[in-house]
Amino acid sequence: MIEFTFWDILRNLLLAARWTILLSIVAFVGGSIAGVAILLLRISKRRWLRRAAEYYIGLFQGTPLLMQLFLLFFGLPLLGFRIEAWTAAVLGLTLCASAFLAEIWRGGVQSLPSGQWDAGSSLGLHYVAQLRLIILPQAFAITRAPTVGFLVQLIKSTALTSIIGFEELVRTSNAINNATFEPFTVYGLVALIYFVLCYPLTRYTKILELRAATHR
Amino acid sequence: MGYALDFGWLTGAVGMIASGAAMTIFLIAVTSVLGVILSIFGAAAKRSRYPIVRKAIAAYVELVRNTPFLVQLFFIFFGLPRLGIRLDPVVAAMLAMTLNMTAYTTEIVGAGLDAVPKGQREAAAALGLQPWLVFVKIVLPQALKVIFAALTSQIVIMMLESAVVSQIAVRELTYEADMLQARTFRAFETYFVVTMVYLVMSIGLRRLLFAAGRRAIAGGMA
Repeated sequence: MIEFTFWDILRNLLLAARWTILLSIVAFVGGSIAGVAILLLRISKRRWLRRAAEYYIGLFQGTPLLMQLFLLFFGLPLLGFRIEAWTAAVLGLTLCASAFLAEIWRGGVQSLPSGQWDAGSSLGLHYVAQLRLIILPQAFAITRAPTVGFLVQLIKSTALTSIIGFEELVRTSNAINNATFEPFTVYGLVALIYFVLCYPLTRYTKILELRAATHR
Repeated sequence: MGYALDFGWLTGAVGMIASGAAMTIFLIAVTSVLGVILSIFGAAAKRSRYPIVRKAIAAYVELVRNTPFLVQLFFIFFGLPRLGIRLDPVVAAMLAMTLNMTAYTTEIVGAGLDAVPKGQREAAAALGLQPWLVFVKIVLPQALKVIFAALTSQIVIMMLESAVVSQIAVRELTYEADMLQARTFRAFETYFVVTMVYLVMSIGLRRLLFAAGRRAIAGGMA
């Protein structure tokens, strides 16, 4: 029987937290890139593309993330892809993040007055240039607070990947808890680590919201 | 790849899926009612005269909102027995869900209360209504009208989040899916069907709440 001191527990949890952070970053970056693609479909001039993006977003917002992870984890091998927990975790969180981010940014794009588009075309800019130079920068600026807010949600969501067997913070804590029978200490510390990761971002969201409110 | 999808097991599994779905609906119904009632008190306490009460509520809200629900669930289910409090998985799930939900809805309800103009309270008081009647008959219905959409979204989000209580062996929809796929060896098909059930439930719940809300609000609520 190995004895765990408090510091052993904390050290192991902090080492595992690196995976939580890495997964959050990768999923956020991947989700942002895919999210822009979904956003472009969602605001497209073609009706069926808008519809498709709408269904995509509705599907991810209307089903549990845990089910999405299970479907990838068990579904991709059927298509002939060898899949590990890490792959399923990254893919699942990226797809889910793309749907949520696209919906947040769509709100930003649609809150812009149509004069912004008109001004762009009167300057002779084509559609892509209008988006790149005029519309998207403003849409991202308006929606910075909810975007950061979603990042907090994403960090918390990485906890679910423990269930499909990805060795992040929660999965490690389950193993430590089974070895030490110290659920208060272990899960208390885990909660604290998540809090330390998320709370500064939550504060930043509040500051952004206040700034947006005073500038109006 | 020679894999053919097989949904033949489905006929024998309808009962399990239905009972799991019923448990999920039961959990979210209890949680929503308790959560909304508690958050009315929470929102009132956050506007209390005493700084210590305000700080305590704020600390609770921030703590819950900045940690994953799964960790809160494990903390309650595995942690509390160490204090001598043994909880049935269903009770632990309801407790965790209610605590989580209340933290979010306290903020929502608070925003609704702030949105009711002060003149409404003063007018009601001037008509001689008692303070609690002012709150129940005048302020609360107007606040609920403002926050109704946000509250509905939060309830749907909580229902989807409740999938993780399968991890402490509560026999809800995800738990039944786990059992089914272990029996049928058709993991993808099982989770696909159950995901669709969740989708239908979240769309249905949203519609139901909106229909009920429109009637209640149009009818003057209380």
